[in-house]
Amino acid sequence: MEPRLSSRRSFLALAALTPLAAWTVTACGTSGPGTAPAGGATFWSLTGEPNESIRKKSLDAFNAANPDSRIVATVFQNDAYKTKIKTAIGAGQAPTIIYGWGGGTLKTYAQAGQVEDLTGWFDSNPDVKAKLFPSSFAAATIDGKIYAVPTQTVAPIVFYYNKELFAKANAQPPKTWDDLLALTKTFNDMGVAPLSLGGQSRWTSMMWLEYLLDRIGGPEVFRAIFDGKANAWSDPAVIETCTKIQDLVTANGFIKGFSSITADSNADQALLFTGKAAMMLHGAWTYGGMKHDGGTFVQDGKLGWFDFPAIGGGKGDPRNTVGNPAQYLSISAKASAAEKEAAKKFFKDGLLTTDEITAYISSGAVPIVQGIEDKLASSEDKDFLNYVYTLSKNAPSLQQSWDQALSPTAAEALLSNIDQLFLKSITPEQFAANMNATLGK
Amino acid sequence: MSRARRGSLGWMVLPALLFFTVFAVLPLLGVVALSFTNWDGIGAISAAGMDNWLAVLSDPVMYNAVWLTFVIMVVSWLVQTPLSLLLGTFTAGSQRYRAVLAVLYFLPLLLSSAAIAIAYKALLDPNFGLAEGLGLPFLAQDWLGQPQLVLFLVIFVIAWQFVPFHTLIYQGGVRQIPKSLYEAAEIDGAGRVKQFFYITVPQLKYTIITSSTLMVVGSLTYFDLIFVLTAGGPGNSTRILALDMYLTGFRANLMGPASVTAVILVVVGLGLALLLQRLGGKNAGGSQLEGL
Repeated sequence: MEPRLSSRRSFLALAALTPLAAWTVTACGTSGPGTAPAGGATFWSLTGEPNESIRKKSLDAFNAANPDSRIVATVFQNDAYKTKIKTAIGAGQAPTIIYGWGGGTLKTYAQAGQVEDLTGWFDSNPDVKAKLFPSSFAAATIDGKIYAVPTQTVAPIVFYYNKELFAKANAQPPKTWDDLLALTKTFNDMGVAPLSLGGQSRWTSMMWLEYLLDRIGGPEVFRAIFDGKANAWSDPAVIETCTKIQDLVTANGFIKGFSSITADSNADQALLFTGKAAMMLHGAWTYGGMKHDGGTFVQDGKLGWFDFPAIGGGKGDPRNTVGNPAQYLSISAKASAAEKEAAKKFFKDGLLTTDEITAYISSGAVPIVQGIEDKLASSEDKDFLNYVYTLSKNAPSLQQSWDQALSPTAAEALLSNIDQLFLKSITPEQFAANMNATLGK
Repeated sequence: MSRARRGSLGWMVLPALLFFTVFAVLPLLGVVALSFTNWDGIGAISAAGMDNWLAVLSDPVMYNAVWLTFVIMVVSWLVQTPLSLLLGTFTAGSQRYRAVLAVLYFLPLLLSSAAIAIAYKALLDPNFGLAEGLGLPFLAQDWLGQPQLVLFLVIFVIAWQFVPFHTLIYQGGVRQIPKSLYEAAEIDGAGRVKQFFYITVPQLKYTIITSSTLMVVGSLTYFDLIFVLTAGGPGNSTRILALDMYLTGFRANLMGPASVTAVILVVVGLGLALLLQRLGGKNAGGSQLEGL
């Protein structure tokens, strides 16, 4: 009886174990919710106010006017969505309308033939194209073909500060890197964190590198990285950027515990408007968030902003900026002809309508529509909106966020290495070496 | 009699076997096949030979993940087993206050891992967390942000989540032990401590093996809790194997290397489970109740 028992036990162990193993393999295998109504289309986008409500209102208006081509929307949290959408597209479960950020991820979709080429559609609808910021098309264009409709708002990365804390410290917004380092000491002595940062999200830390590298080496350095030139990450400007970051970490520039704070929960914004941190480098979209969540912080004029400080001897134009030139909507190549038609109709009649433009402006953001100066000037947030509009319009270079511009493979390695750089568990040279290995991937 | 029973058993295992083949064996074979290919999850699949295996096996992040998984496994077992054993023995008693406490102890069982992770994340936040709420500054550590501390925090939260489950297993096990054993021990003059070590623990041998198997194999697949709590960070300090596999596959779009990690996970898990079964000893099928 012994061997029999033992082999049965082994089999039972196998039976008990393999579902666990299989689970690890299929951890993300749930299929997408929502099927398109007859003649309509599905649309996945993000949660997070104020944009979630604005998109919903536009959709409701479009659906009421076009009962035959209704769009059904499903919303996801930002970081979760980025994984979800990739898996869904790979599994042939993509929604008709795919929300994204253009750049490297869109390129992988386009190369796999998963998204519709919209070049012809733009040619036959020139007014749609003429209405939008020309700069917004770069991240939607792959090998000369347009694969996505730019929409929503332009979101450069802005340096915010808490005016109340600055007044208390009798300090001025920093003009140079040395000013910033001096302020670090001032605020630490006051018992206030100099800089808020949601470091666990990692792309938040990346914004620091984007600006610093541009100020130190100009946009050409990242261009070389983007083009996959050998050893492009070993550029002296990259090393100096990383060194400056680690100096700032050593000087306790960032708030205690920054590496466990996430941006998805808006905790980093809360640190600024509750007066626990004096400054924050973050996307222009957080203005709306702070206005929404921060009580009367924004309304009372306590929120200030300034250009990213210049670096002595740096090559980059101090007017250069980084951030998201727009958000992007693509059409799944796997959708039916009727679904594609409904989506295109929505792109033409449902996006950036007069109502939507007004809604974005009153939320404190700049829609990517030409000729809206008058509307911006009459807004209650005109100071901030004019700043963002001028910053985006006059910038000689608006660098797209690196994690969006690069391929998903390189972007994940980048974020992981940035995380370690901020923890000082790797040196600038190790960072460069690790990243060189991802060039062209 | 015994022949008839064996015949019906063979027939009854079929549905389970079918399910097992379709949902476990076939995907597993698929993963093994994928580990020899290049695939970004979206485009075309191309053969990669041994490249992925060589890349993964020479990656320091992989060895770090293996080490972290091992630490979590061992420390989790060391923390959870004594706690669950004691709590299980305690709640097995029939006194009413024990029943009330048992209900409280089992509460974490009702919560999903994601909910537990979000709750702990909020409590441990150095700026807005428990320390701020209760006005206890010594609690205002950067719990989840320090590479040396975070692993033990994770082990603590895992224990908080799973001790109730293992307590339940032990509670059931203790209740199965015949009362006559304790009565006999009492007559012989054995105290509570002696009764625990000489009757309860030996009688729970198979319960301990079951519970340990679940803990050890389960710790290979801890994912959801850590993913939400720390996302593997800071740096790579909580990037355990299962998480490494997910991040490589679904964030970096490298399905090949992620499949290699998956295969390694399966092999290690299978090995551990078989080993634990062996630890039951040669006589594992034998009765613990001889002479009763």
